[in-house]
Amino acid sequence: MKDKVITRIIKIAGFSSIIIVLMIFYFLLKEGLPTLGEVALSDLFTTRWYPIEDYFGILPLFSGSLLVTFISIAIALPFGIGTAVYIAEIAPARVKEILKPLIEILAGIPSVVLGFIGIVFLSPTLRETFNLPTGLTAFTGALLLALISVPTIVSVAEDALNAVPQSYREASYALGVTRWQTIWQVTLPAARSGVITAVMLGISRTLGETMAVMMVTGNAPTMLQGIQSIFKPTRTMTATIASEMGEVASGSTHYHVLFFIGIVLFLFSLIINIISSHFSEKNRKEKEQVV
Amino acid sequence: MSNSKISIRNYSLRYSDGVQALKNVSLEIHANAINVLFGPSGGGKSSLLRSINRLIDLADVDETSGQILFNGVNILDKEMPVSQLRRKIGMVFSRPIPLPKSIFENVAFGLRVAGENDPAVLHSKVEEALKQAYLWEEVYDRLDDPGISISGGQQQRLCLARVLALEPEVIMLDEPTSALDPVTTARIESFLQEIKDRITVIIAPHNMSQSARVADYATFFLQGELIEVGAGSKLFVNPQDQRTQDYVEGRFG
Amino acid sequence: MSNQSSHTATQVRKAKDGIGYTLIHIISFFTLLPVLGIIFYIVANGAPTITWDFLTSMPTDGMRAGGILPAIVGTLYLTIGTAVFSVPLGVAAGIYLAEYAPQNIWTRFIRIAIISLAGIPSVVYGLFGLGMFVLFLKLGNSILAASLTLSIMTLPTIISTTEEALRVVPERFRVVCASLGASKWQGIRKIILPEAMPGILTGVILGLERAAGETAPILFTGATFFLPHLPSSPLDATMALPYHIFVISTQVPGMPLQIQFGSVLVLLVFVLVMNLSATTIRTRARRNRQW
Repeated sequence: MKDKVITRIIKIAGFSSIIIVLMIFYFLLKEGLPTLGEVALSDLFTTRWYPIEDYFGILPLFSGSLLVTFISIAIALPFGIGTAVYIAEIAPARVKEILKPLIEILAGIPSVVLGFIGIVFLSPTLRETFNLPTGLTAFTGALLLALISVPTIVSVAEDALNAVPQSYREASYALGVTRWQTIWQVTLPAARSGVITAVMLGISRTLGETMAVMMVTGNAPTMLQGIQSIFKPTRTMTATIASEMGEVASGSTHYHVLFFIGIVLFLFSLIINIISSHFSEKNRKEKEQVV
Repeated sequence: MSNSKISIRNYSLRYSDGVQALKNVSLEIHANAINVLFGPSGGGKSSLLRSINRLIDLADVDETSGQILFNGVNILDKEMPVSQLRRKIGMVFSRPIPLPKSIFENVAFGLRVAGENDPAVLHSKVEEALKQAYLWEEVYDRLDDPGISISGGQQQRLCLARVLALEPEVIMLDEPTSALDPVTTARIESFLQEIKDRITVIIAPHNMSQSARVADYATFFLQGELIEVGAGSKLFVNPQDQRTQDYVEGRFG
Repeated sequence: MSNQSSHTATQVRKAKDGIGYTLIHIISFFTLLPVLGIIFYIVANGAPTITWDFLTSMPTDGMRAGGILPAIVGTLYLTIGTAVFSVPLGVAAGIYLAEYAPQNIWTRFIRIAIISLAGIPSVVYGLFGLGMFVLFLKLGNSILAASLTLSIMTLPTIISTTEEALRVVPERFRVVCASLGASKWQGIRKIILPEAMPGILTGVILGLERAAGETAPILFTGATFFLPHLPSSPLDATMALPYHIFVISTQVPGMPLQIQFGSVLVLLVFVLVMNLSATTIRTRARRNRQW
């Protein structure tokens, strides 16, 4: 009897995540969809974001997010994968025991703390080094975001590398292939799906990050204008929501548009995560075949 | 012939992966006797044991058919209270599996989940069970140590005590001595001879010599089929079926 | 002749390997340098600010002097509030997935939902919290609304780690429990759950650590710029350390640096202590495991 009640409760809890996702989707739609009645699509997809005068062009925010994410992943990728390879394939056990907790600590540092470091240390340093008018640039944000996504990339990629059967490596050594070549030509390709998952999750993390970017990218919703935009202020979708939502009247057009941007972010993350889970599942299946 | 404790009638079992573990098996388990199931591994002995106490509920089973009557009740019935059934039909596994608890709590576990919470009752029943399994003398001064802290042979006797504490009507042992030394094996065999007057024993030994030593009744299983049944050592000395003879003489398996 | 050329080839290969190894070492070093650098930098600059007064008094002079008590208390409240909602629900859902869920289409939906939840940007959780808890349920800008928002963000972490922790408990214990007459729930509660507890606890702490450091989800659900007194009910808004750091480092002109560093240090210690206790629980449990 008591068993039945508890089993019922546990089952309901199990289904809660579906209900929550639906609720999130519902509330985002409820507050965001009115945008489409208030702002013409042709106005929405323009290059001017200036809500005070009712310019709701979201393209600059879009390009800001893409720019920052792109630079950030370009930086995080070699460091993340390199560190994962080091931990999984090269580092002696003692070093591993120090490195892994450090990576976890990095993952635990709140983004607002990284943003603070960005303001007091990183952006002045960059301004002086590159002789820029301001240190609050897309590049500054991307550097901080790289720090945020590296732990994700490292831990997921490391798991994938560890899952590659030892026999692969041994077979390769037996053929006279060096350890270094084995890593690049055998182990990494075998862990391919997992490494892709790691990168996708890193992108998802970067695209969704808010505070650090908002604090150091200078908050200027301007369009991408070639390579020099990297060292100019910019504004991401997340930062726009975070910095403007506090000041808008609920129910206003501006308010609806901010929720609309939220829907776009939600869908982006949904797509990336479902694709990457597809890859990680593929990884698992490949492993099972080996076993 | 003594009376039947468990009556298996036309019982078949198929797992979800398509393996037909048992095919139309009919067998009487005799009360107050040692009933031996033997044959090559994968022959269906374990599946039969796990059917009798409904442990197969935990596995991926596709379909069962037939009946298993225990004291005249079909235990395959969906309405069967399985917890009570499993208290009456205890089971010892091929490897000793102490729960991650103290020696005392390992033995008390079955009593506690049956609702017994009186410390005095628990203590006396645990002591009694450990004495029956000839383990009390070796562990009485360290009942609070973890169950895994004792030797493998002691652990298997602990598992036996754990079952005995529930005062079962039947004890099933699935290759109980496969991981044990000869001394402990001999102790467990003589113990089974002692208790068979009050507890029905079903055992699937891991080798032929043990089967021949302990059997009051023996049944030979091959690839899910019951091949032959016989009393005492008849099956080992004078088998009727060619397949039984081949197996006993070591021509396969 | 051929002997000599193969000798040269080996040398080239060895040299390549050497460069590769050096590169990997450098990359790993530069990944981890920031972790230690950040911690050292914050501790060195923040430590002089930390006095008993700083921790236990109210801010004065427009937050430019005095202590940060309300922010510390607020973060404690939010963390506890998050635990109250997310731990029971998340652990129960994890138990469902590990022990009860059949392999069918609904379970697949649940898993997709959890993957989706894990990827949603924190600022989108903020939007959802605003739409659902603050406005729809009329909880207002409050500790309750912010805690609920953070709970939902934390949920996927707790569910996944609980499931994982339960799955590593060997199946044979479940079989033995059942064979001794325990019902499924009795076996889970008396044996399986206690054995999985350290793993679950680790996940819970890591989830709460993230919640404690988050800013974006509480921006428009419960955090407030300044409060002249401590919150007295769950329906009060509250100051919180991460938001406070954001405010004093970007919104208040003439903010003394030592107060900024001091506040950052307090938050950093807060999350590092949680991080360290999680790691310690995990290591100790692995050592004491009886299986």
